[in-house]
Formats: sequence, C-alpha cells, structure tokens
Amino acid sequence: MATLTKKDIGGFLARQGILLAFALFMIGFTLANGRFLDPDNVMGVIRSSAILGVMALGVTFVVISGNLDLSVGSMMSFSTIVVLDLHDKLGPALAIPAMFAMTLALGAFIGFLVGYLRLNSLIVTLGMLSAIHGLTLTWSGGKNMDIADKAGTWFDVFGRGEVLGIPVPILMFLLLAVTLGTALAKTPFGRKIYAVGGNGTAATFSGIPRARVVFSCYLVSAFCVATAGLLQASRSMGSQNTVGQGLELEVLAAVILGGASLMGGSGTIFKTVIGVLILGFIQNGLLLVGLPFYVQYVVTWVIIILAVWLDIAAKRGRLWSPIA
Amino acid sequence: MTPGKLSTYLKNGAIWGFILLELIFFTVAGQFLSLSENAFMDAGNMLLLFKQSAPIGIIAMGMTIVMVNGNIDLSVGATYALSAVVLLDAMTWPVFGGLGDWVIPVACLLAVLTGTVLGAINGLIVWKTGVDAFIVTLGAMLGYRGLVFMYNGEQPTSHLNWTLVDFAEAQFLGLHTATWVLLLVTAAIWFLMNKTVHGRNAHAIGDNREAAVNAGIRVGPHMMINFMIIGALAALSAVVFYAETGSVNPNDGELYELWVITAVVLGGTKLSGGAGSIISTFGGVLAIQLLRKGLAHIGADTSTVNLVIGLILIAVLLLDRQLNVKGKEALKI
Repeated sequence: MATLTKKDIGGFLARQGILLAFALFMIGFTLANGRFLDPDNVMGVIRSSAILGVMALGVTFVVISGNLDLSVGSMMSFSTIVVLDLHDKLGPALAIPAMFAMTLALGAFIGFLVGYLRLNSLIVTLGMLSAIHGLTLTWSGGKNMDIADKAGTWFDVFGRGEVLGIPVPILMFLLLAVTLGTALAKTPFGRKIYAVGGNGTAATFSGIPRARVVFSCYLVSAFCVATAGLLQASRSMGSQNTVGQGLELEVLAAVILGGASLMGGSGTIFKTVIGVLILGFIQNGLLLVGLPFYVQYVVTWVIIILAVWLDIAAKRGRLWSPIA
Repeated sequence: MTPGKLSTYLKNGAIWGFILLELIFFTVAGQFLSLSENAFMDAGNMLLLFKQSAPIGIIAMGMTIVMVNGNIDLSVGATYALSAVVLLDAMTWPVFGGLGDWVIPVACLLAVLTGTVLGAINGLIVWKTGVDAFIVTLGAMLGYRGLVFMYNGEQPTSHLNWTLVDFAEAQFLGLHTATWVLLLVTAAIWFLMNKTVHGRNAHAIGDNREAAVNAGIRVGPHMMINFMIIGALAALSAVVFYAETGSVNPNDGELYELWVITAVVLGGTKLSGGAGSIISTFGGVLAIQLLRKGLAHIGADTSTVNLVIGLILIAVLLLDRQLNVKGKEALKI
C-alpha cells in the first residue's frame, strides 16, 4: 500500500525536520537580506564555523560511544596557548607535533579514566575542564600569548592561508569530516563505536573491547581539539588563556542539533556538520538582518529543544511524553 | 556490622574528613608559606568563608534535589543573572515609586518569582516533551543568557539601595545575612527531602523511575516542582549576592553551574539519581570554598585552584567507585 498516512508524513517531518528547518531558515534569511547567499558571505560563515566544526567532529565520536566531553573548550585553550608558546621556543615545525602530542596525552588520560576505569564521563570531563584550565594558566603564567615575529613565519598558513581560493580552515574541516565520517560509517572501528554506545553490555558480550573503543573515541576528540587549537592559534597569532571557554557547550549544542542522542548509539558526522552549519548560518543571518548577537542564544535554545523533541517524538510515535 | 554498612559510613563521613584534612593542612602550611600574619583558622576568616559559600551553596541545595530526581540543571548561572537584573531593575520602576523602602521586599519577591518561572519552564519542557534534562537546560542556559542580554543590552544593570546593602552586611549572632540564608535554605531543603512526601517520592523516582510509576507516583509534577525550587534558589542566591554589590553584568553567573555541580558531586550525590544528602552537599560547598581560600592563603594562584579542584573531583569519583564495588562484589558478573 503506497498511500501516505498522516503518521508517515509526521515521521518524515521528524526525521528530516532538521534539514527542512535549515532550508526554511536559509530561504527566510535570503528573502530578508539578499547578501545572505552571497558566495563571500557563505564562505565567511563556513570559515568562522570551521573551528567549532572540527571540535564537533571529535565530540560526535565521544557522544556516539555513549559518553560526554565537556573538556574540549578548555583543552582547545590549552593547545592554542601551548603551540603559540612553543612556536617562539622551538619553531613551528617542532611546536605543532609537540602540541599534538600533549593534547593527545590529555585525551588519553580522559579516555583511560572513562574507558578503562569506567568513571562517569560527565564528571571526569567536568573535572578536566577545570584542571586543564589550571594547566593552561600555569603554562602561560596568566598572560596572553603572542608570536613575537608575526611577519617572519609560515605559521599563519593554517588559519589564514588559501588553496585554490578556498580558505585552509574550510579545507581542513572538510578533510577531517570526510575522513572521520568514512571511519565512522564504513569501518569496523566505526561500527564498534555504535555498538558500544547503543548497548555496552551487549557489545562486551559480543567480544567488542569496550574500554579500548571508548579510549579511542577520546583520542579522536583530542586530535580534533588539537587541530582546532592549531587553526585558532594560526588565525589569531596570539591568544588569551580563555579562548576556548564555553565552546564545549556550543559544540555539544551543534552535535545535539545534528541529532546525536546523548544516550549514545546514534548520530552521524554528516548530521553534525549540518548542525554546525545551522548554528553558523543562524548566527550570521540574525546579524545580517540587523539583530544584536545575543538574539541567536534565544533562537538556538528554541531550535535545540524543538529538534530533539521532534526526533524523539518520531521514535516513540507520539508528540507528548508519556510521563504521568 | 556488614562491609556494606562500613562503606556507607565511610562515604557519608568522607566529605567531613576531607574538610578536616584541609583545615589541618592549610593551618600547618600557612605557618610556613603564608604572607599574612593571620592564622588560617582565624574566626573572622571562617565567618567570611561561610558568607562567601552562600551564593554557590544556596544553588547547590537546589541542584541536589534535582539530581536526586535523576535530572540536572545547567541553566542556573543564567537564571541567577536574569533574577539579579530583575531585582536591581525593579527597584527603579516608577510603578513602585511610592513604596519607599517597601520596594525591597517587592523587588526580592519579583526576582524569586522570575527564577521560579524560569525553573518551571525547564520543568514543564522536561515533563511534557520527554527531552533529557541535560539538553533542555543546556538550551535554556543559552536562551536565558540571551534574555539577560535582551533586557539591558551589553550594559551592566546597577542600582544601589543603601537599606538593602545595610541589611546584606548586617550580622546577627555573629553570622552574616548571606550565611543565615544559606543555613535556612539548607534546613528547609533537608526537611523537604527527608520529612515530606515530595522528598520521598523524589528519591523513589530517581532511584527507579519505573518502579515509582508502578507505585502510582506521578513523576512529572515532582520533577517540575524540583526545577521550580532550583530556579527559586538560584534567584535567592542572586538576591543575597547583589543586594550587597548592586551591579550585575550580563555575563555574571557564567560557569556557576560547573561550580555548583562540582560541590554537589563532592558531597556524594549520584548523577544517576536516587541518592544524595543535603548535609553532605553543605559539606561539599564548604570544602570547595575552603580549598579556594586555603590555596589563596598559602599563596597559590587561580591556576592551582582550578587544577586541584579538577583533580579532586576525579579522585572523589575513583574513591566512590572503589567503595561501591566493595559493597556489590557479589553482584559482579
């Protein structure tokens, strides 16, 4: 029977609702301001979303595995400060790998605590948020970090460079998204992550090394954070200690907006990218229409809750929750 | 005495043991490291400690009952800021022009009402849509912050009412007003959670939601009441704090949720719900404030405070896990 019932339509709306909402937004803003879909503007939006986007890719892995990562913001500050400081001491060629190694070590520590010791990820990463912020402040002595010789270094290529007219941050975001998206969707490693997040006990009984999978997810997240830190440092060539403060929640908002469930086991890289772009375009669109920046907070609030609500409403087949 | 009982005693006593340890450590270390002449255990210093604990402590009481219920509230920092704006702004409204100093209780009531309404919105959404409280309040954290900005742009909202300042700085039986509010709130919430039907039901819901539903407990209203309470307490905390300072920036209260959750978890409340003690949360609040003050006393800077608090939080989790595993050895697969 090929007839469309009301339920089918509702289900479709809920499943693809995020894309539809995105399309409606784009149309609305384009009508309101013709410059919105200008290639320069679109490129600018994607470019400024790239840093948040790169972090969101890693957090998607962690969330699918059924955990949370609230430490990415302060970890990003850490990698930014470290790479800027080491740049002047070791030169960029050594500073970048050294920073990646240190950030990965932090990720490994979190992965060990959550994966192998099975501690609650919310609290562990909350603790690490504070602890890493402390590390960053100790490293910098509380001062802003600046590259001394800004003209005489090739370090700015990551944040400001262009290849074939496309800014490098966008390229790196795309490259990482494609790589991680493929790893998640097409490889045994990716399937194991879904298995662990969907039903950890069942995964363990089918011989999936749960601890190792969770551990790897935090490594992926740390790698993404290090990349984001590199982009940030290279773009600004100098930074405060708090550059990433609060980003963890924006990142999480993008991931949730993309439809990843906090219970684990669902979500895709593609949807996260959509989530990141929605946040970016809303922010930009509201500014272009002439509204102050804080209006986006309220809009984001409404959109996040609507998106998640529609998603679970479609899964349970009714709009209102069965909670008495 | 069974081993399970021993671990229960250890867990309930742990936070007070930790506080004692902090006191001893900072007193001894202060002798060698401190630049100030005063002893750490100085009475004035301890009174100040209570007073400074109040803003976080008052909200932490609300967070405990929300977490006992199996939920979480990330929007408390924004609720705090918005209530503060309402408190200070309401005192200048021409409508209340004829009230004189009677405007103070009216403004305080309005602020607490604001917090309650914001909490009710969160609670209603969690109840009616079934979206996880973490997501609902994460969204609200942004949304309420947006409302704070909408209220007065990026400008600070300021209004000093000297009668209110005098009241906030007053001491009764040696304790500051803020301390009294913290103690009263602690007592009231303790009573609510331990001696009333609502408290018993909230525990039951957090412990085993399905069983609670089968026992005929209405989950939704209890969750909503708890969200309203934490909203009201966040507002009360703002009243206590801004009564004295009289000026609120739109970014105030940011990261408060993290401090509050840290205090509550230090006190031993489970994120999964069902267990939590108001008295231990009080201990957790004191422990954090003591740590901040103590580290400052021996000359450590903010970076060390952040580092130490983060690591202690993780250590507490490890310790808690060890103690729990001991009691449940027989159940392990």
